Amino acid sequence: MANLTVNGKTFDVAVEPDTPLLWAIRENIGLTGTKYGCGIAQCGACTVHVDGVAMRSCGVLVSDASGKQITTIEGLAADGALHKVQKAWIDNDVPQCGYCQTGMIMAVAALLKEKPKPTDKDIDEAITNICRCGTFQQVREAIHAAANV
Amino acid sequence: MNHMPTLNRRAFVIGSAALGTGLAIGLDIPFGGPTVVRAADGSPEVNAWVVIRPDDTVVIRIARSEMGQGTLTGLAQLVAEELECNWMNVTTEYPTPGQNVARKRAWGDFSTGGSRGIRTSQEYVRKGGATARMMLIQAAANEWKVPASECTAANSVITHTPSGRTTTYGKVVEAAARLEPPTDVKLKDPKDWKLVGKGVKRLDTADKVTGKMTYGIDVKLPGMLNAAIKDCPVFGGKLKSFDEAKVMDLKGVKKVVRVGDSAVAVVADTWWHAKTALEALPIVWDEGDNAKVSSASIAKWLEEGLDPTQPAFIGNQNGDAKAAVASAAKKFEAVYNYPYQNHAAMEPLNATALYTADKCEVWCGTQNGEAAFAAVLEASGLPANKCDVHKQILGGGFGRRGQTDYVRQAVAIAKQMPGTPIKLLWSREEDMQHGKYHPITQCKLTGAFDADNNLTALQVRLSGQSIQFSLRPEALVNGMDPAAFQGLSASGDAAIGYSVPNLLVEHSMRNPHVPPGYWRGVNINHNAIYLECFMDELAHSVGQDPVEFRRKLMTKHPKHLAVLNAVAEKIGWDKPAPQGVYRGIAQHMGYASYVAGAAEISVIDGNKIKVHRIVAATDPGYVVNPAQIERQVSGSFVYGLSALFYGGCTVKDGRIEQTNFDTYNSMRISEMPKVESIIMPSGGFWGGVGEPTICIAAPAVLNAYFAATGKRIRSVPLRDQDISFA
Repeated sequence: MANLTVNGKTFDVAVEPDTPLLWAIRENIGLTGTKYGCGIAQCGACTVHVDGVAMRSCGVLVSDASGKQITTIEGLAADGALHKVQKAWIDNDVPQCGYCQTGMIMAVAALLKEKPKPTDKDIDEAITNICRCGTFQQVREAIHAAANV
Repeated sequence: MNHMPTLNRRAFVIGSAALGTGLAIGLDIPFGGPTVVRAADGSPEVNAWVVIRPDDTVVIRIARSEMGQGTLTGLAQLVAEELECNWMNVTTEYPTPGQNVARKRAWGDFSTGGSRGIRTSQEYVRKGGATARMMLIQAAANEWKVPASECTAANSVITHTPSGRTTTYGKVVEAAARLEPPTDVKLKDPKDWKLVGKGVKRLDTADKVTGKMTYGIDVKLPGMLNAAIKDCPVFGGKLKSFDEAKVMDLKGVKKVVRVGDSAVAVVADTWWHAKTALEALPIVWDEGDNAKVSSASIAKWLEEGLDPTQPAFIGNQNGDAKAAVASAAKKFEAVYNYPYQNHAAMEPLNATALYTADKCEVWCGTQNGEAAFAAVLEASGLPANKCDVHKQILGGGFGRRGQTDYVRQAVAIAKQMPGTPIKLLWSREEDMQHGKYHPITQCKLTGAFDADNNLTALQVRLSGQSIQFSLRPEALVNGMDPAAFQGLSASGDAAIGYSVPNLLVEHSMRNPHVPPGYWRGVNINHNAIYLECFMDELAHSVGQDPVEFRRKLMTKHPKHLAVLNAVAEKIGWDKPAPQGVYRGIAQHMGYASYVAGAAEISVIDGNKIKVHRIVAATDPGYVVNPAQIERQVSGSFVYGLSALFYGGCTVKDGRIEQTNFDTYNSMRISEMPKVESIIMPSGGFWGGVGEPTICIAAPAVLNAYFAATGKRIRSVPLRDQDISFA
């Protein structure tokens, strides 16, 4: 049993403490916007915020996430208004298949919190998510657009 | 988008998976004439493609699968163009394959591959839109008792021009749906298109940025259990035994089942529990003889196929290349190779199946709804009227989801637990090791020159795997796989762009046990490297500029030449590159489109490549959505450059060695060049855009690498040549 706070709500989740946070979010809490891509913290499709920091949830154990503030893509929009990164993604028509984009958006939202006007170099260093459709050109444009809102 | 139309008309009982051909497409007349076919919400269908709700919402049916390539939006544009509806009120839905069969293939082909989504259905979907428009106008005219010829339609509003009276589609749709469809339907002249050709935004973005979009992996059904699967790691091997007693007590485990003759699955309450138990399950495999195969043994076998005394199929020839090479003033020769590659779509393969004694339904992402449907019939043993497939948005496909192995497995598991929905999800490791890989090939090329350095002969001898041999044997012609010559053929959708007086293109077919598949770009990925890098080699061997050298051979191929010239001009081929920057160029044809690309790179320490800039030109004949073409083109360089730098699956003990993205990497944003896309439609034909430009990524960069270092790389991936991104 673990106690998880996700998007401001607290859940008692009946899982073993060594369950990856990703699977507790997807299967026990039922929020499927956080995606499974590799399970070894390589691809970033499962990125969530843990106490405001972008983390790959497949590599975070439920026991380590307990008591922390977890935000998933479903909790990124505040008071019904889309986050500026989500808006920029729509304005720039970024997603193709879209599967990696929720993780990408979470990673970018964390970057902009730390560096509100990131340079291309900042983006290169902070955004290491895999996208097989190849949306990187639009991702970069949309990050700059979101930073300039 | 994820709503399936449920039709109130009873499905017609058919005896088998009558996936027939040759039936009229898209204009099926509802049986019994005026009987109105209704969508799930009761709104009437004007025809198979168009449903209009009373509030003027237009629901456009899309038969092809959306996997990121934008085909859903493009097809909707084509229907809407002819329908003259308000684009702001357009939404889309997928008919199910079961409905397609029950309605005698009203929506035609569901298969989504080969960059065909738009080009092979554009005509009948436009007719679907035009037919619906004519019926809506006729219904308004009937109500007003005026000739239809006096009425026009725009933005879902019908106007009687002489009187100025107006009505909307939503108001006349009930009457329109009762009319007989017109038989004489004229499509607009492309010059009159208003919506087609416009870079409108995709229709499926909003849910993709909020996490609401449901992919196959996200399907939830009441009482559903989850399955994790392991197939024999050696292709062709069998499952001997497993000791389920060792895992039945583990948390959440419900059942351990044999799947076919080569796989075992654990079914549990959650997938995490299923996967954990599967890893703990003792399994004995019968690996068979294939366990002796390695990358080295495959390479040796393919190398033997380069020997001209070995049998080979001839794919293209003119003149007498062998004689011309024998009598040449000078000749030049090179051997290239291309590896196995995994599709590695971001969403691992999955399917959810619910089997009962009299029904089998599957929810999954598939590139071929009808093939998935046929797989459900076969795996369940139930007839077509008792099966269906509910297509989900795909988290990438790239050709892998055109196959149905994962669908069959899900049904095979569900069949052992009747009444319980089972979601089968492959781990990334399973996905990486049980792909349908980009085929492995080698190629020996020989060029011959006369004393004036004119190219007199070209021999291209391919040796290696045929995809069709494995997946579509019916497409072989007397044993030969015509698709193996993609981009090297004399004519057709993938014709060679050079005229050489003596030409011989051959394929020594050798099919190792590793299963091949259609991998975004398919055979042009390697054929373009072979031909375009070798053209570069030939040009340099006689001291000629690679673009000038090509131009002399392309005078009879004006469309190939036009895209080459376009990229040469935009990259500034005739002007010096910036200090330390080197250029390479390539052109090719595939999927009926003409493409060319030029790269600007720097090389650090001889083995670290920074790709600064790519210029890519595409002539797809007609353009439906230029913004989406730009995205397909820039994305294609991520796929193509990932393949060049990282894409290699090696074989050891009969199995694939790479297991995840740590050993099979994919490029990141820091490695992404700036891609400048030139879209230059010349009209008169319809070409695809999802795949063609992938194939020019590698040769453009490899040719630039030669320009920078004087070193010729003839083997992919660069990972294995100790070359990386800078």
